[in-house]
Amino acid sequence: MRQSYLKNVVTLNLNSDKCIGCGRCLEVCPHDVFVLESGKAELRDREACMECGACARNCSEEAVTVRAGVGCAYAIAIGMLRGTEPHCGE
Amino acid sequence: MRTPPWIVGEVAISGLRVPQVSTRWNQADILGSFKARWGWGRMRYAVEPGLYAVGRPTAASPVLVSANYKVSFDRLRKTLSGLDLWILVLDTKGINVWCAAGKGTFGTEELVGRIAQVGLADVVSGRILILPQLGAPGVAAHEVLERSGFRVVYGPVRAADIPEFLRAGQKATPAMRAVRFGLWDRLILTPVELAGVLKPALILLGILFGLTLVREGFVPFPILLGATAVKAIPFLGAILAGAFFTPLLLPFIPGRAFAWKGWLLGLAWTLLYLQGTNPLWPEGWKTALLYLLLLPPIASFLAMNFTGASTFTSLSGVVKEMKIALPLQIISAGLGILVLILTLGAAL
Repeated sequence: MRQSYLKNVVTLNLNSDKCIGCGRCLEVCPHDVFVLESGKAELRDREACMECGACARNCSEEAVTVRAGVGCAYAIAIGMLRGTEPHCGE
Repeated sequence: MRTPPWIVGEVAISGLRVPQVSTRWNQADILGSFKARWGWGRMRYAVEPGLYAVGRPTAASPVLVSANYKVSFDRLRKTLSGLDLWILVLDTKGINVWCAAGKGTFGTEELVGRIAQVGLADVVSGRILILPQLGAPGVAAHEVLERSGFRVVYGPVRAADIPEFLRAGQKATPAMRAVRFGLWDRLILTPVELAGVLKPALILLGILFGLTLVREGFVPFPILLGATAVKAIPFLGAILAGAFFTPLLLPFIPGRAFAWKGWLLGLAWTLLYLQGTNPLWPEGWKTALLYLLLLPPIASFLAMNFTGASTFTSLSGVVKEMKIALPLQIISAGLGILVLILTLGAAL
């Protein structure tokens, strides 16, 4: 059963001009967001993105951008209280 | 340091003595895993970083990379029975692969440093590392290749798929690449949610006890305790609705935001409780108002916290959800407390 989250919030973007079609983004994506079409990566299901940042981190051409982070209310709340980035505590 | 019981031997290779790990669990491993699931000592449940051997690996054997959270490491070694390979354990401060990758401790820097520190290039002849796919948010494969000469292959999400992945010539099927969040995956995450509310729940219990004491006066202790327990039931139900039933029933509750799903179940519980204890609502309208204002936001808040355990919520989504839900939760609970104060606790 595919579970989906809020719509129209995802910050993922793909610049096809920079893409060399290596397929790394397909390999690392846990939600099958990308597909390889005639030698270039394309966004198959952008809304499924959870912004983990694996694709952007592993793109040698910097063709993929995303505001990566953890979708964790607890960490975000601690970040708000401390005035920092999301943080798990400790 | 004392040798842990899961180290069962040594493998000598190019002047190194690499500890060999068991692929079985003993009682301490089972108990340790159980405790960690309840959040007990979870932040200190770690194995020593470094290189380990499974079976009798040679210079040609594959290398798996793992985090040093012992629950993760144990799950990994348990699936490797009958295989001969190396495990390179990174120092992720006892945190699992996914969370450590998000923080960057399961990352390029640590990996490159650990390869050098254990002298991996002298141990194995191949230049391939198999990383868990969920480590990818922290590791830039192209940078690792550039800096260490090792090529990164991302393996399956779940450790249990590793034998099949290796048999298939280090190829992961689409099913191995997808994260799941089924009933069991959600259920196993609820104990730590419940353990997390233990402290505030005990404080709440103390407050309820105090209110009961004020109202009942000096009656025998068991009666006082019983009266407190009865007053705690609606709150306990709200906690279970948010921290247990919302995670469990997640895909079946209408809506998308976790706070909303939790609020719905909290409301359902409140209505159920009021119907059961106070069927003549108009009479006890103050009580009804108090619980309708106070209980659903508790469930909503706890459900919202489960976003961190889920496998599909994005940072942007959770920030958006919190910006809307958090003020509403605070206002609703605040009004509930106001009712409590105005009625001098009589509405409880």
